[in-house]
Amino acid sequence: MCTYATQIRTVEGSGKGTQGWFPLQTASVYFDHPVHAHAEHTLNIDFLAPDRGPGARVALELTAASARELVDAITAALASAPAELTS
Amino acid sequence: MDDAIRAGTTRITGAGGDDVEAYVARPEAPSTRGGVVVIHHMPGYDRATKEITRRFATMGYDAVMPNLYWREAPGADPDDAAATARAGGGVPDDRLVGDVEGAAAYLRALPSSNGRVGVIGYCSGGRQAFLAATSLPLEAAVDCYGAFVVGTPPDGFPLQVKPLVDRTPELSCPLLGLFGAEDSYPSPAHVEELAEALRASGEEHEFHVFPDAGHGFFAVDRPSYRPRAATEGWAAIEAFFARTLNA
Repeated sequence: MCTYATQIRTVEGSGKGTQGWFPLQTASVYFDHPVHAHAEHTLNIDFLAPDRGPGARVALELTAASARELVDAITAALASAPAELTS
Repeated sequence: MDDAIRAGTTRITGAGGDDVEAYVARPEAPSTRGGVVVIHHMPGYDRATKEITRRFATMGYDAVMPNLYWREAPGADPDDAAATARAGGGVPDDRLVGDVEGAAAYLRALPSSNGRVGVIGYCSGGRQAFLAATSLPLEAAVDCYGAFVVGTPPDGFPLQVKPLVDRTPELSCPLLGLFGAEDSYPSPAHVEELAEALRASGEEHEFHVFPDAGHGFFAVDRPSYRPRAATEGWAAIEAFFARTLNA
């Protein structure tokens, strides 16, 4: 199935794509068919900078289990840092 | 060689008079023949859909596939273009219809054309094939597991689409539908709802729901590929176009 549902967030930071580092503007997060991963569905994240064109993209395709592990790892990493650094 | 084909990139006039990239595949043998507009799936104007376009040329048709993401992402890699289109809300329905109209006009203007044009679409393109067939004068339409011809998109749905089943009486041509019994969008219930609408308005149609197949069973480069459904599906397409596109 095509799930279509997409979460889009404004993000601040940088990503490294095929042409080097660039400032990120948005993240599209969706659970749908991957382009490359060998799974029928994956949790996909496109970090984008639309002002720089379609090629300004860092793409991830993670299995659902891997995506949940990543969420836990992000949460744990943030929790381990002093609160004044992450607020 | 009378089975030679020629394929490559060209430009067609799409919606709003826009110059749009398109992939064309044609038999080289002189003959008069029908044409096929191929609508690519959501992952875009990619190698797999170009292979499908060439296959229609080997079957004896002039085939053309417009790059539906050309406005947002000219010259981009197909996956980058698809990501850009998704983030932007997808392809507007009126632009899709204009691009298919331009592709059909391109085919009908070829010296080899018999004037008959069909449309086929995969995934999101299945819905768009139905949309085109209810909006334009065509001779055949094939919907390969298109979601949201019936049914409503889930919450948070970013694409600018709406169900089309109410347009069923406006179909201009016979419809072939190819679906997987294990698909959720469209589900077997969605397929039956569409079939009922087609029966109610007396539209010529032929539906196949393949067991042990879900969404994307034609996609040979994906885990969703189901050889039996794909083989039987291709046979149904070949017979359907032979009946509808040959003058």
